[in-house]
Amino acid sequence: MRTRFQQGLDDLRARLLHMGGLAEQAVDRACQAYIDRDLVRCQLVLEGESQINVAEREIDEQAFDLLALQQPAAVDLRFILAVTKINSDLERVGDQAVNIAERVMDMVELPKAELPIDMARMAAAVSAMVRRSLESFIEGKAELAQAVLEMDNVVDRMKDEAFITLVKTMNDHPDVTRQALDALLIARNLERVADHATNIAEDVIFWVRGADVRHNVGHEASVHQAVTDTH
Amino acid sequence: MGVGIKVNKLNAWFGKTQALYDISMEAPANHATAVIGPSGCGKSTFVRCLNRMHETVPDAKATGKVQIGDIDVYNGSSAVQIRRRIGMVFQKPNPFPTMSIYDNVAAGLKLNGFHNRRRLDEIVERSLQVAALWDEVKDSLRKKSGASLSGGQQQRLCIARALAVQPEVLLMDEPCSALDPISTGKIEELIFQLKENFTIVIVTHNMQQASRVAEFTGFFLLGKLIEFDKTEKIFTTPSDKRTEDYVTGRFG
Repeated sequence: MRTRFQQGLDDLRARLLHMGGLAEQAVDRACQAYIDRDLVRCQLVLEGESQINVAEREIDEQAFDLLALQQPAAVDLRFILAVTKINSDLERVGDQAVNIAERVMDMVELPKAELPIDMARMAAAVSAMVRRSLESFIEGKAELAQAVLEMDNVVDRMKDEAFITLVKTMNDHPDVTRQALDALLIARNLERVADHATNIAEDVIFWVRGADVRHNVGHEASVHQAVTDTH
Repeated sequence: MGVGIKVNKLNAWFGKTQALYDISMEAPANHATAVIGPSGCGKSTFVRCLNRMHETVPDAKATGKVQIGDIDVYNGSSAVQIRRRIGMVFQKPNPFPTMSIYDNVAAGLKLNGFHNRRRLDEIVERSLQVAALWDEVKDSLRKKSGASLSGGQQQRLCIARALAVQPEVLLMDEPCSALDPISTGKIEELIFQLKENFTIVIVTHNMQQASRVAEFTGFFLLGKLIEFDKTEKIFTTPSDKRTEDYVTGRFG
């Protein structure tokens, strides 16, 4: 048993979970800031970004050391590769939260407009995807990750619907064009967060099962495997 | 050119102790196949069964079928014939200490009654070149003894000696375990080049070495072949939990 190596892997896992918590919190805060037009939460998101960036560098550094010094193989190698990719996705999730917060700060400066979209519903779906992708990592369960992949289509549809609705709003009510444009950009940011959650789920499947399901390649096989696993 | 190796239900014993159980696998021609596993798992016994070295141990025996190219190793072939076609390199370099570099390489041929001087010169030079040793020893072929070379050079000399008799298969039993990283690198580079003309089976304790030099890997445990697959599969997504536990260092 390579005790030191195992400790290194455990430490890497703990760091990534901490970073996951920060990124998840940033998205939740940014979404809540949109709903409540809350500048304090926006500020918290902006301030939190540097913590996420520091965490990203530390995780990459540790993963690099483990690869260089411990020559991991099989499940351990897949785990470290997955961690480095999830790390990058979480950092991007943090960036998207910052983008949302900046949009909200812009919107708050403008007169409040009632836009005919359910951003809260979309935000809830995206938050759930991030949470579940991280749960799948914590549990090391490909079935949980698989469920996240299925959710991505739902969020994509929500974004498409929001785009159509908001473009129509801009045409019909030019006076709220800037508010609608901010909302449209936020919908796009949320959809990007969902994409990162999907990437994380794919990386968990790669780690646990050794299957590359990116770009829908091997997706069907993976669904089949998930069904088999649950029986 | 190398030839493929087919092993079917190979069993081996030392006295009453069984060392190998029903080993079946194929090592493809002109590829390197690595045999890995913890100490005592039977990997050295396995390769020694391929050229009937195993039977040189008192009370040792082997049953099953080993086909190397068109030779049925355990049926109708003499051990001497087989060992001419299957070269072997051991863990510790073992040049003949009193012989010159030249005579070390030519020894196998001379033993087989080959005495054409010009032809011998050609074969010795070619073998040393293939073993990547020629440039280092060409000026002292007959002046220096094999034992005067460094460990890494001695191992390449042993490889040249094995190649001189023009085998089709080269068995290597932990050929780098006594060498420093630079010499190890040279041997690994050599293995890579030798695959063009030979089939190689290499026993190694060094899993990184297996992953670097071999296209196929077999994992042995307690005398059984647990898993045999492409090397990248064994080291990234092995099918058997025991293989995974071994390559990730959870035991062994």
